[in-house]
Amino acid sequence: MKTFQCIVCGFIYDEAAGLPEEGLAPGTRWADIPDDWACPDCGVAKSDFEMVEI
Amino acid sequence: MTAPILILGTGLAGYNLAREIRKLDKSVPLVLVSRDDAPFYSKPMLSNALASGKSAATLVMKTAERMAEELDARILARRQVTAIDTSARQVSLQDGEVLPYRDLVLALGADPIRLPLDGDAAPEVLSVNDLDDFARFSARLDGARRVAILGGGLIGCEFANDMLARGIEPTVFDPAPWPLGRLLPEEAGAYFRAGLEAAGVVFRMGISAIGVDRQGATYRLRLSDGSVAEADLVLSAVGLRPRIGLAEAAAIQVGRGIVTDRHLASSAAGVSAIGDCAEVVGLSLPFVMPIMQQVRALAKTLTGTPTAVSYPAMPVLVKTPALPTVAAPPPAGLAGEWVLTHPEGGLEALFLTPDGSPAGFALLGAATSRKQVLAASLPAWL
Repeated sequence: MKTFQCIVCGFIYDEAAGLPEEGLAPGTRWADIPDDWACPDCGVAKSDFEMVEI
Repeated sequence: MTAPILILGTGLAGYNLAREIRKLDKSVPLVLVSRDDAPFYSKPMLSNALASGKSAATLVMKTAERMAEELDARILARRQVTAIDTSARQVSLQDGEVLPYRDLVLALGADPIRLPLDGDAAPEVLSVNDLDDFARFSARLDGARRVAILGGGLIGCEFANDMLARGIEPTVFDPAPWPLGRLLPEEAGAYFRAGLEAAGVVFRMGISAIGVDRQGATYRLRLSDGSVAEADLVLSAVGLRPRIGLAEAAAIQVGRGIVTDRHLASSAAGVSAIGDCAEVVGLSLPFVMPIMQQVRALAKTLTGTPTAVSYPAMPVLVKTPALPTVAAPPPAGLAGEWVLTHPEGGLEALFLTPDGSPAGFALLGAATSRKQVLAASLPAWL
């Protein structure tokens, strides 16, 4: 499980936790999130996220 | 060679516009000018850097050199712009260089508003609105135990919460009756205040600072109720004023910010404005989401597809881990009333218009999980 961070606002997507309120169940892989998904906090595109080392 | 798209400013607005332009056009020449070192960093992270163990240096995600390479752009760092000539389509720098442009984008940002404080230490009151400010602030924070924060809005409350991570005792002063007054209705403001107080933040509401004096190694604040307070550091967070001076001197129309239409076009041909310096059809919204909406629209416009900016309802996140809060205030002056519910561990305030439709909300604590659902129910702003 990996963690990804929005480089614009700092929002963190943790694969293990998912984002249930957005319909992403715990364990949803980053790769399985649709390309048109956007950061829930600031609206940047999925392609503007970067992987964060944990 | 054609003149470039020239962007003044390398904050979130300037850099994100450049990134969006490059997604659409690999070859148009791009030039960016910055008064600082032009690092790419996440500005919202400045007010939670202490808790996440970040320094000014580690907040930098990419240097100007790396951005220049990624964007295939010329980036001029530590340069001051002195004038815009809209008829000749060129910009003058303090060192004498003149930069021609095909299109000019003003992404100048805003200046922290300074309260009219008296006292010999008034000039030592800090504000944090960019990475350079943050570096100064964090250097002064070493050894500070009591910090006075002037302003109980979003930034003041976020910094207050963040300082708890360093064992600092923050006290927030604000003439308003409750914190986050522009985002929260009264009862939600009280709930928010209680949440932060439980974590260690002290609020002195209904009180403003009149003056700041030096007192040995510390400061003495004189307050509007006649009392005094001591602090090792004073941080001012009372709001932002769009930077309009350059535009005004070039006879570009300004109001509170640089006035633009929905295409982000200013009153001068070939000149656009985005971000905290802009007033887009009457709205100055100093938040990240509006910037992202603006840069996507403007990138399309500047690459040949005129596109008006749209503003969906854009909830504002208050990064206060002591009590997570999200607010989407209703448009100013809209008729309606706040309806409150109290789910376990939180508070939900919904602003309903007379016909019963939602037009704004404030979600605190556990209620923040309803953000996505409720945001989708709100009407668009533009």
